Amino acid sequence: MTGGAAPDWASAPTHGIVEAHSRPPADAMRILLIEDDATTAAYVERALGECGYLVERVGDGRDGLFRATEGGYDLILLDRMLPGLDGLSVVAALRAAKVQTPVLILSALGQVDDRVKGLRAGGDDYLTKPFAFAELLARVEALLRRKSAPAQEVTRLSLGDLEMDLLRREVRRAGRLIELKPREFRLLEYLMRHAGQVVTRTMLLEGVWDYHFDPQTNVIDVHVSRLRQKIDRGFEPPLLHTVRGAGYMMRA
Amino acid sequence: MLKSGFLATSTFRLALLYAVFFGASVMALLGLFYWSADRALDRQTSLAVDSEIQALQDRWRDAGLGGLTEAIAERASHPRLGDMLYLLATREGQAVAGNITAWPERVRRENGWLLFDIERRWKTGEIERSQARARSFQLPGGILLLVGRDNRERLTLRRLMIEALAWSLAAVVALGIGGGLLLSRRVLGRIDAVARVAEEIRSGAVSSRVSLTGSGDEFDRLADTLNRMLDEIERLVASIRSVTVNIAHDLKSPLARLRGRLEMASRADAPSGERRDAIEEAIEEADGLIATFNALLSIAEAQSGRSAAEMSELDPATLVADSADLYEPLAEERGLKLQTEAAPGARVRANRQLLFQALANLIDNALKYAPPGGEIRIWAGPGADGPELGVADSGPGIPAGERERVREPFVRLDQSRSTPGSGLGLSLVDAIARLHGAELRLEDNAPGLKARLVFPQTVGADRSPGNAARGR
Repeated sequence: MTGGAAPDWASAPTHGIVEAHSRPPADAMRILLIEDDATTAAYVERALGECGYLVERVGDGRDGLFRATEGGYDLILLDRMLPGLDGLSVVAALRAAKVQTPVLILSALGQVDDRVKGLRAGGDDYLTKPFAFAELLARVEALLRRKSAPAQEVTRLSLGDLEMDLLRREVRRAGRLIELKPREFRLLEYLMRHAGQVVTRTMLLEGVWDYHFDPQTNVIDVHVSRLRQKIDRGFEPPLLHTVRGAGYMMRA
Repeated sequence: MLKSGFLATSTFRLALLYAVFFGASVMALLGLFYWSADRALDRQTSLAVDSEIQALQDRWRDAGLGGLTEAIAERASHPRLGDMLYLLATREGQAVAGNITAWPERVRRENGWLLFDIERRWKTGEIERSQARARSFQLPGGILLLVGRDNRERLTLRRLMIEALAWSLAAVVALGIGGGLLLSRRVLGRIDAVARVAEEIRSGAVSSRVSLTGSGDEFDRLADTLNRMLDEIERLVASIRSVTVNIAHDLKSPLARLRGRLEMASRADAPSGERRDAIEEAIEEADGLIATFNALLSIAEAQSGRSAAEMSELDPATLVADSADLYEPLAEERGLKLQTEAAPGARVRANRQLLFQALANLIDNALKYAPPGGEIRIWAGPGADGPELGVADSGPGIPAGERERVREPFVRLDQSRSTPGSGLGLSLVDAIARLHGAELRLEDNAPGLKARLVFPQTVGADRSPGNAARGR
């Protein structure tokens, strides 16, 4: 995570429209965008560029695979339907060549099976078009984070004065024990593991409940607001923030 | 191009084929009859000749040559002689007595029989030629005796048979061709009627139907089946058309709002705060449109049966627990009581994601319609009709007459027009249910709606005696 360079979400006022901000180019993350649709590509390239990422764009599957195998990328954004070589074959070929760069598949095919196929082929995440840019950015950051902090057994998570003991299933804030129900604990754990990042409602539904669909009600918000009642009420500063039009973020 | 004539119809060919078979069987039948009649006559001839020989031998023994000559002369002159032939001749062949003028010349021998041609002269001067069969003996003293029988009857029989055969073959062929023509004209007429209707429908007259003769024959049954199929197709086309119209209608309003908001945002003099709000609202409208299309695509996908590949066996009770975990806070927030009854042990083959989405849709509906202080019940278990998953609420429910219609896309009851929603929720549940071979049953919860997903009884389910005994 790059210091205070994260976008200022709390004041980001609109859906999907992200204020430009600067990120030191020295540690800029390199993203390979394999996408044949020029409009989508230009939009993603510009918006991610404004967030400080270095985006390189390729228009077809064969070139994409070639560039991706050369390496040097932190993340690959891969359209599923491409001229030359389709997206799933590109991932499969990359994984067969032992290239472990995280791949986020973008697809107009959003059905349950398509998603399963995409992940099975070796994709790390799957996002259905059309998507809100906030959703894309949140998932990009989650994948980059996962890459820079390789999975290791974490037994404690902490943010500010909030501490989670994953072994004893205990949560303390400023030393005070907070009682959480099991699902609230899982929710908090997911948010804490993505501290400093925006987490969208669909990411929470996927990550905490393991279901992938668009809830038509504010079912996730109610869970979050209950959790907020328990961990933020009576404490300063608030840790669980709502990012308008995007989702939530744990931030000290 | 359809009227290529009767001769090309399969009915006519079939009729001809039948005529050939029938002719062959007539030939076989007559042949058999002829053969057995011929043999019977043959046997009769042998018997008659043999018994005559016996009688004449007796006479000869009793009364000598004179008696024999007398007996033969008597027989030969008898008016009811029939076809018997007698000849008593000297060694030189000179006739002594009998009804044959001389000893036959060209004689063939066969199994102790003599075969020769004879000519019969009638008083009218007619000459009748036929064949005779006879036995001959040499009596002591060189006298030759010949007793035989004219084969006239057999020849007549043969002629009759050939005539009968010719006539019946002619009749069979005539009837076959005539019947074939008649039959194929009738069949062709009925088929042409069906083809005409198909042609009419193709050219746009979709409510055209095949008329029935009322005889209830196979053509009527075919026409009836076709008519019912056409009714169903017409109904489906109409429903697709109404869905299309509904889509257009339901999407027009949000698109109009979207356009209006963007237009407002693009106005040069708009204050930046208002512009930002307008854009935000426009994005919300776009998200709503995307959600509608996603729901339509999900329905289409469930209807196409493509997800069937990703099925696994699961206990619906786990979905009840998951959904309660997800929805309980929201229900509580709305002042609703959420109750679950999950009896474990039921197994269904299902796509977990889709089935959960169906359950979530039913719960969304229940949350939407249950009045504050009301109650929502989610249950699963091995039901009486099969494994079952259901949601019941204490809302206004759906009138019995509307329970079929609400499954169709975009159909919303008047009382729910004011609540948000796309009118696709139940359609998706219905499509997912069908994908799983399950049935969505909408029932009265008195008050409220009871929605049950009833799955087919799984093959190979636990049918141990203990389980069976538990059945009510």
